[in-house]
Amino acid sequence: MEPLKLKVSYAPFVRSKDSIESVMYNVALALLPATVLSVYYFGIPALLVTLTAIASSIAFEWMTDRIRKKPDSCFDGSAVVTGLLLALNVPSGLPLWMVVIGSFVAIVVTKHLFGGLGFNIFNPALVARVFLLISFPVAMTSWPVPLSVDMQTAASPLGILKTDGIAALQGFSYMDALLGRTGGSLGETSAAALLLGAAWLFYKRYITLTIPLTFIGSTLALVGIAWAIDPANYADPIFHLLTGGLILGAFFMATDMVTSPLSLRGQILFGVGGGLLTAVIRLWGGYPEGVSFAILIMNSLVPLLDSWDLNDIKAKKQQSPKTA
Amino acid sequence: MKTFTVGGIHPPEYKLTASKAIETMPLPAEVAISMSQHLGKPAKPLVKVGDEVKKGQLIGQADGFISANVHASTSGKVKAVKNAPHPGGNYSMTVVITTDGRDEWIEGCNTPAEDWKALSKEEILRRIKEAGIVGMGGAGFPTSVKLSPPKDKTIDTIILNGAECEPFLTADHRLMLESAGGIVEGLAIIASLFEGKAKSYIGIESNKPDAVSALEAASKGRGIEIVTLETKYPQGAEKQLINAITGRTIEEGQLPFDKGCLVQNVGTALAVYEAVTMQKPLVDRIVTVSGMEVKTAKNIRAIIGTRFSDIALFAGSMTEKTNQVITGGPMMGRSQFTLEVPVTKTTSGILFINNTLLASSRERTCIRCGKCISGCPQGLEPWLLATEAEFRRLEDAETYGLANCTECGSCSYQCPSGRELVHWIKYAKALLNNRRQRKTA
Repeated sequence: MEPLKLKVSYAPFVRSKDSIESVMYNVALALLPATVLSVYYFGIPALLVTLTAIASSIAFEWMTDRIRKKPDSCFDGSAVVTGLLLALNVPSGLPLWMVVIGSFVAIVVTKHLFGGLGFNIFNPALVARVFLLISFPVAMTSWPVPLSVDMQTAASPLGILKTDGIAALQGFSYMDALLGRTGGSLGETSAAALLLGAAWLFYKRYITLTIPLTFIGSTLALVGIAWAIDPANYADPIFHLLTGGLILGAFFMATDMVTSPLSLRGQILFGVGGGLLTAVIRLWGGYPEGVSFAILIMNSLVPLLDSWDLNDIKAKKQQSPKTA
Repeated sequence: MKTFTVGGIHPPEYKLTASKAIETMPLPAEVAISMSQHLGKPAKPLVKVGDEVKKGQLIGQADGFISANVHASTSGKVKAVKNAPHPGGNYSMTVVITTDGRDEWIEGCNTPAEDWKALSKEEILRRIKEAGIVGMGGAGFPTSVKLSPPKDKTIDTIILNGAECEPFLTADHRLMLESAGGIVEGLAIIASLFEGKAKSYIGIESNKPDAVSALEAASKGRGIEIVTLETKYPQGAEKQLINAITGRTIEEGQLPFDKGCLVQNVGTALAVYEAVTMQKPLVDRIVTVSGMEVKTAKNIRAIIGTRFSDIALFAGSMTEKTNQVITGGPMMGRSQFTLEVPVTKTTSGILFINNTLLASSRERTCIRCGKCISGCPQGLEPWLLATEAEFRRLEDAETYGLANCTECGSCSYQCPSGRELVHWIKYAKALLNNRRQRKTA
């Protein structure tokens, strides 16, 4: 009766089907509409930037695993997501060697030097974007015009707003911004494509709406107040919603599991803080766009936000009656 | 629909045997009756090799306050008194009996039912204690102890647990359908111990509507409220059940009676009824034999001490793909290293499964997704407790509520990184226990 080899392991013996791979590849899938649309608008250069970013991210992941003597993680999907997010955060005309440098900063410096997946404090793709922006400010702000044949470049709507003021935006169409027919980085252009992807992640329960809604809500609230007081000098909230990286950042970067708080109230503070910082930078800062800086600043506060709940558990423990 | 307020998960239900009536398993050739059928000190064996025993005869004497009597589950001859494999994963003192096939009751046991209302409270408690009844939901806490809370505690709520939230298991479900009357009588007996001052409830998950109607019919006019609970794991955990039905929360270090509650499993209530009215000791129980790899999944009535190998044969044996045999449910059960282990008073299920995770399982780093926190019914941060345990920072783990974990396994179920969160938590508890015992010894 007992030729069977019985194996002993830990309970529970059923597990959910979620895995790191399912989380990461679903994020990648959710970014696909925006990626496809950006290739449609910006042509082959956008495709090359995307493929370079993903391939170099995977390559750096593979190399770092070798050096750190860690099990292979280059196909767990996290490098793909980082590469894809990096590509969506840069202009389509960016020289490819700069993209590779971006991947290096993201994967090696921001992720693995801090301990690898799960231990990085800052969002890798965002650190890479900011690194590139500071290192190559011209290349990083030359936005090709969508659907142009001769790779014309133009400023992004937020850039125009910052340098030339609101008067220069006469004739700006919200519909263009919604569909992505404005200048900007690959993934910043179409709000509709991004929201489609975000809806998928929400449906699959890989993100909750706490961070995106508080983030966008507080940005819009602050720019809305400025607009209400002085509409001659400040753009309206819908303009701010549809341009720049607000939707990409709020739904795909600020919700990064590794670099966002665990508890509900931590997430609310994280979203509100990020949203307000974004608005402050957009309205009064030196850069036209503030989403990346805002998220990175909030990333650094995550341990503090998380300790709030832990301290509560400790405090409750000290008060609890000791009968046992 | 009522439910507990914090956390919880929805594993697949796999209730393969929900519509299968209980079958009585034929007598095996041999039974192995462990002296550790319960939480607490093992019973002291009263028989020696060669002794003839009758069904219901006391063969293990409760040793100390938290312990329980053990009885022969059929008639026969004692073949051995030795350490033998126990479904808890260890070896325990076990009385092995060669059955004689007559299944003959000892005198004074299994008598025709008498009216329990004529019995005094002390006599009822004595009969429950004599019968060796323990919590049959899984923990195995001696019932007579649980029914005698300290004098300063007032019980105002009695809850029968028919939630059966573990996947696969249907033993309580079938019992509620087939013995609703006995369960209600058992509950009435328990309630009588508290002078009828406590309100009685029976909590059942919404995936068993037939059990809800069966108990509603059986309890008509008895002042018992049947509560339909949302199908959500771990609805049947004591603290969660109390929270779902009464809204009260058992804090760390508290026991249910600190909040006026008493929870008993439905199977325990039936055992109480049979022990009090018919002087029947606890010698058998309902076991769900299920899992994807067993040929004919079924619910069986097995006598205590029936070996898993015999049960596997009765269920048409298992496929060659079987790589794990689990006692209890798949969330909180234990995998077995041998089929020599016997059914005990707490064996609610035996599952034959092909666990495909074993080949590839490897703990990966936490990606801080927070699913362990959102799933935890105790409001803990399992990732943190597990990390503290991994690095042996046991005192830190304690300050973050280690002792408040009920080990339901929701965190490990949820984890996309395959981290053995609940295992690490159990490990930390065991280390701390050992350390304290060494200090007091």
